[in-house]
Amino acid sequence: MKTTHIIILVLIAASIAVLVQYSGDLTTYETIASAREKEGKHVNLIAKIDKGHPIEYDAAKNPNYLSFTAVDTLGNSIKVVYHDAKPTDMEKSERLVLKGAVKDGYFDCKNILLKCPSKYKDDPNAMKNQLQTSN
Amino acid sequence: MNYIGEHLLPGQIGHFFAVLSLVASLLATIAFFKASRLNSPLEQQPWMKLARWAHGFVTISILAMFGILYYIISNHLFEYKYAYTHSDRSLQAEYLLSCFWEGQEGSFMLWSFWNCLLGWMVIRTAGKWEAGVMSVLSFTQVTLATMILGVYFFDVKVGSGPFVLLRNEMDAPIFSRPEYLSFIKDGTGLNTLLQNYWMVIHPPILFLGFASTVVPFAYAIAGLMGKDHEWTKPALPWASFSAAALGLGIMMGAAWAYESLSFGGYWAWDPVENASLVPWLTLVAGLHTNLVYKNSGYSLRPTYFFYIISFILILYSTFLTRSGVLGDTSVHAFTDLGMNTQLLLFLLVFLIPSLVLFFIRYKSIPSIVKEENTNSREFWMFIGSLILFLAGAVIIAKTSTPVWNKLFGTNIAPPEDPEFAYNQIQVFVAILIGMLTAVTQYFKYKDTPKAHFRKILVPTVIALAISLAISFFGHISYDKKGIGFLGAIHVAIFAAVYAIVANSAYLWLGLKGKLKAAGATVAHIGFGMVLLGILISSAKKTVLSWNTTGVSPLRVEEGGKPNPAGNPAENLTLFKGVATDMGRYMVTYVKDTTNPLDRKRYFEIDFTSKAGNDHFRLYPDVIKNNKGMEGFAANPAARHYWDKDIFVYITSFQENRSADTVTFKNREVKVHDTLFYGNGMMILNKVSVNPKEKKYLYADDETSLFLDMTVISKEGRFYTANPGIALKGQELRTITDTVLSQSLILKFNKVIDQASGKLEIGVKETGNITDLLTLKVYEFPMINILWLGIVVMVVGLIMSIVQRVKKTGGKNTAAV
Repeated sequence: MKTTHIIILVLIAASIAVLVQYSGDLTTYETIASAREKEGKHVNLIAKIDKGHPIEYDAAKNPNYLSFTAVDTLGNSIKVVYHDAKPTDMEKSERLVLKGAVKDGYFDCKNILLKCPSKYKDDPNAMKNQLQTSN
Repeated sequence: MNYIGEHLLPGQIGHFFAVLSLVASLLATIAFFKASRLNSPLEQQPWMKLARWAHGFVTISILAMFGILYYIISNHLFEYKYAYTHSDRSLQAEYLLSCFWEGQEGSFMLWSFWNCLLGWMVIRTAGKWEAGVMSVLSFTQVTLATMILGVYFFDVKVGSGPFVLLRNEMDAPIFSRPEYLSFIKDGTGLNTLLQNYWMVIHPPILFLGFASTVVPFAYAIAGLMGKDHEWTKPALPWASFSAAALGLGIMMGAAWAYESLSFGGYWAWDPVENASLVPWLTLVAGLHTNLVYKNSGYSLRPTYFFYIISFILILYSTFLTRSGVLGDTSVHAFTDLGMNTQLLLFLLVFLIPSLVLFFIRYKSIPSIVKEENTNSREFWMFIGSLILFLAGAVIIAKTSTPVWNKLFGTNIAPPEDPEFAYNQIQVFVAILIGMLTAVTQYFKYKDTPKAHFRKILVPTVIALAISLAISFFGHISYDKKGIGFLGAIHVAIFAAVYAIVANSAYLWLGLKGKLKAAGATVAHIGFGMVLLGILISSAKKTVLSWNTTGVSPLRVEEGGKPNPAGNPAENLTLFKGVATDMGRYMVTYVKDTTNPLDRKRYFEIDFTSKAGNDHFRLYPDVIKNNKGMEGFAANPAARHYWDKDIFVYITSFQENRSADTVTFKNREVKVHDTLFYGNGMMILNKVSVNPKEKKYLYADDETSLFLDMTVISKEGRFYTANPGIALKGQELRTITDTVLSQSLILKFNKVIDQASGKLEIGVKETGNITDLLTLKVYEFPMINILWLGIVVMVVGLIMSIVQRVKKTGGKNTAAV
């Protein structure tokens, strides 16, 4: 067997090993109910803000404390705590991807990904709304 | 219905040219292909003539479409959907071009534009390869033209046209009125994130890079079709050009991400970034195997494969970013325009035929049976290319998890720390590639005499010394991910330094200072600097605005659990006019101003270092969001030093515009008494008459009394307050004092009883008395090595293009 072939095989084996190891690190998208079952495990929660509860953020008191209630499509809700500034435009967001883990009954959030109706986008619904309001 | 005030002509002309560009590119494809199948130049002649004319018409169509769209946007013709969704009246002229790349249609036009221009370069230089290469390039043009066609074939929408009318695309009641345009006062505007100068120049360069990958691909396909492998020579400068343009485009995007901090740094392994990095890696791999083939006859098959796969990966990245499939994993992708099937076809129509052709021809591609000598340059270049390719394969596999979810209905999401998942692997790639970049040039093709290796000894020692110095004195202390990763960073720093030093030394040792031939060496030096810059700046990024007040032990979170120190508490609150302690600096929010021209609100933040040797002011700004979003988009401001950058970024702000309805509450107090207020307590220390330090508050003919009070907030912060009164005859004037950050106003009302020392003070607590903002401050060290490295690398690549074109120049052009 040629040296080149051995090296190729070794490198390919290494790449596959890397991907297998990566697949172990992968997380999952969860609902609130299933995230509660996996307490302490890092998950991705897809939810939106429950507008019935207040969003708690007071930069004068603590700029690194945001708390709100998230509700998912199944209607379950959970309190979310995020130790960072409140993302701008959060109220308008139609969907949130929350990364973190359930801890003592609340969701300890490490990162919030906002899915805004029109960020970078030509979302037809958002545009329709705007056209109607400009009327 | 007759609508009032519409300008329909530009759109009709634009649409005509969109159709013309499709027809002409089809014609060009057929004619070039026909010509490529013929052998004698005489037979070829009429087809070539027709094909070039057709390509000319394509070019004119694209330019005309550009001109018309520019006219529509700059004249604010909001009856057109493109103008309505991507611009508004207040947009500054310099950002008008950015409107082109905000939308899918405009960016496809940009791609088409470069494709046409590259086509003319091919026509000028390719000689006998012109027909074959141009038939592939023209076919690409056909597929691009369908993307912006916007025509229905049997109820199937093909492409998304840039000249469609708003009223045809939307259902809204106002369109039932003929004068509907008078209600549409303004467009929804250009995304605030794109209103940045990098966004004016980054997309054109990136798209030039995207478009240019088609040329090596087209050469390879032409070679496979004609079973002629001579194309590897003229393709070389094209591959270098592609590597330069794509590399520069990607890193300009990184510079934008860095300056706007939209990703918290210059690189976040975001799918959008990965999708353009991976084709660059495979293209660079192809460039190297191409050189191997040219100099030793090895590695022709990998060269074919790498050039083909690079273009396919560009198409794949187009699919990823434009189909909306990345939805939940990227902050930064276009939405679904309902063109997913077409985008997928765009990918498959190149992927399947090219790979099928490659495998059919595989056996007939010459390959040397005897294996490369491990002492030869070609051996190590091949290994390096292979590592680049596999690194790219790993990255794209990781990036493709959303596609995997779509295909197999799985539910997998990125890991908890997605960036680290990439870094922990790629740091080893950096080590291997850095080392190979350092030593490979010292090998000779075919075989290297043993004595030759002595040359590399000195550079090795120097590199070792420099990297040890960096390791020991550079405070590289990224220990968040354990000692193993930190160790790997140190080794990688050595590899990067080694690449820089060994290649610099090679300029003299190997090339004897012949700068003309130094393109590759210079590019490698640049690449080493890029690696070094990435390693140092990422391993040393620090948060300066670490908020120690927010996590004070006195602060108790709901549920009675203290906020454990070490949580990310990167935001610091500044009250207007109050100097706040921030590590090495005292920072003050001085004031804010609104610039009507760029509609931005600038905050003046004063930095004074505690050591007293540095003082500067930064002006981060926010811009009101558009497109129906509330709130603001923040732009950071940076202080650049030669060895580091300090970034300030406004994360939120509040201003007090509400009417003041709270009244003073009067309280009786004696010296040394303690009073409580909403957020803590205050102590009256003493009363002083005509205090000298308050002289500026009262006149010479007044008698004044000032209270010396200490306010202690619940968080444990101390403030002093000195409310006072001034007396002139029977006239009493009160001098209030304010503790801004506590929203507390104190007023000294009167002396109730002089004998017992009883006084009356008024206490007013308002909800929000002062303007405040929260900010993050980051320090990125040594980032300039990265930017300089990019420049050096691009210069090196251009040098090698120039050198190769000179060498082969004229020879190819003579043929037709």
